[in-house]
Amino acid sequence: MSEQLLQYLLSGLSTGAIYSLIGIGFAIIYNSTGIINFAQGEFFMLGGMSTYYFLSVAHLPLPVAMLLAVLLTTAVGVLFERLAIRPLRNASPLILVIITIGGSILIRGIAMLIWGKDTHSIPMFTGNEPLTIGGATILPQHLWIFGITLLIIIINRFYFYNTVSGKAMRACSHNRRAASLVGIDVKRMVLFAFAISSAMGSVAGIISAPLTMTSYDVGIMLGLKGFCAAIIGGMSSGIATVFGGLLLGVLEAFGAGLISSGYKDAIAFIILLLILFIRPQGLFKKAETERV
Amino acid sequence: MGTERNVLLKYLLFSAAVLVAPIFFSGGYLLNVLVFVGINTMLALALNLLLGYAGQISLGQAAFFGLGSYISGVATANYGMNPWTALVLAAVVVGVIAFTIGFPILKLKGHYLAMSTLGFGIIIYILFNETIDLTGGPSGLSGIPYFSVGEFQFDSDLKNYFLIWGFALLMILFSVNLVNSRIGRALRAIHDSEVAARVMGVNARLLKVQIFALSAVFSSIAGSLYAHTMTFISPASFGFNFSVELLTMVVIGGLGTVYGSFLGAALLTLLPEFLRTLQDYDIVFYGLLLVLMTMFMPGGLVRIPSLVLPFLAKFKVRRQGNA
Repeated sequence: MSEQLLQYLLSGLSTGAIYSLIGIGFAIIYNSTGIINFAQGEFFMLGGMSTYYFLSVAHLPLPVAMLLAVLLTTAVGVLFERLAIRPLRNASPLILVIITIGGSILIRGIAMLIWGKDTHSIPMFTGNEPLTIGGATILPQHLWIFGITLLIIIINRFYFYNTVSGKAMRACSHNRRAASLVGIDVKRMVLFAFAISSAMGSVAGIISAPLTMTSYDVGIMLGLKGFCAAIIGGMSSGIATVFGGLLLGVLEAFGAGLISSGYKDAIAFIILLLILFIRPQGLFKKAETERV
Repeated sequence: MGTERNVLLKYLLFSAAVLVAPIFFSGGYLLNVLVFVGINTMLALALNLLLGYAGQISLGQAAFFGLGSYISGVATANYGMNPWTALVLAAVVVGVIAFTIGFPILKLKGHYLAMSTLGFGIIIYILFNETIDLTGGPSGLSGIPYFSVGEFQFDSDLKNYFLIWGFALLMILFSVNLVNSRIGRALRAIHDSEVAARVMGVNARLLKVQIFALSAVFSSIAGSLYAHTMTFISPASFGFNFSVELLTMVVIGGLGTVYGSFLGAALLTLLPEFLRTLQDYDIVFYGLLLVLMTMFMPGGLVRIPSLVLPFLAKFKVRRQGNA
């Protein structure tokens, strides 16, 4: 029984790591613009789908395909900011919600036009020989997910605290007007935010594609789960959202294993509603920022 | 805003057009499509009262539509209830649910409101799929009876057309009166600034929840009508995509206009029928329409006359000035 529980825990943590990456993407854009980008999940989808395309249709080696996929997704993120977000900078939240929903449908639709409706998979990065840890088995791909997520979180932390542009971005998230008064180019920072979060979303899509398969519509659910992770973490672009994602992943894994797999997806949304109703500032933060 | 007489005239003209429309499409398959235009008009109107007038977004409208359909469907098909009683029962239950969850949900604003209504919609959608004993799950619920009065059954497109448009016209009349009343002005005040509205003595919190519940009840009635005209329902009709489709209808028709809801519903219901070749690709089309309309025509289709007329007038003045 304890082996079973360990198994749930491990698989929960690996899905949770993916949620964390998407959640941080949400938080980075939210903190620099005040926008919840409903198209966030589509970056995840683009990562997986374009890797599949570069790998299986263009016959490029895996590392090249992955790199191109990240570049392509980042380009889409930047383009989205330029074409849809920047022209509407001063619009009401209502309009911004509608435009990012429209953008997400459009990206999803174009992906369907280009790559069709089939589900695809990409090969595991390094074989599929399962490893045994304390009675539970995991695949090498799980280790890749943990490793790459950890790496991205470290790079992220370094960027936000040790580089000029990262610090400028944090300044924007505290107060955009004050940041622009001390000479920070806020528009540029917004563009950076979109670039970073689309790149992170695509990486999440790539590393999870070998395990969960990918298709044009995987972005909707994953995007929402990522948002849930960010809400648990109080929209922090750091460690709180990572904990949020891991917590969500583990709860889902245990819920699916012990209660019912059909209701698995409902868990995330029940948590989402509870947090928004009861602790809108996130699980770990003291009440300060207004989320309502 | 027109004067009271204009409002009434507009409504009578619209009703007359609705009444004579079947003459031109009688028996055809287009009449069936017009039945759906009626249902979607009710749903778009319900969302528009909330979004366009009170400025509160909901991405969970399909859930209320679905709850109405399923309560009606399950009560009649599984428990032999009379369809009319089921319609009322569904509307009451959905109204109570919306009123209860309205208080915590409408405390949230903007993006958070959008996400929480979306979350609610998905939870309900999962329930439709998972409560298989009751709803039949993903394969759907069949054997839902038609509406009937005595021996008379609403079992043809023409009969259902008048039934559904009868309800739609009542809802439109109700909404026109509502938005031109004290409550309508209070809703618009909340839209522009909730703080200012409160200062003026509007009970913003209660009013938002009430309009949310009203919108849910309208959607539930549309859902019951849908269930009893289709006689078969499945969860696929009540997912997140449909909530987005409703949002598109409202944005395209015109936020904060009663007849805009009809325009948006009509366009988005009829267009896919004419553009059969689009098939699966209609999703790209919705996305494009949503993005372009928000960016370039935020007022919606209904504002086209008021956009074009002043432009023409200005043009005239300039020409006179030059001469």
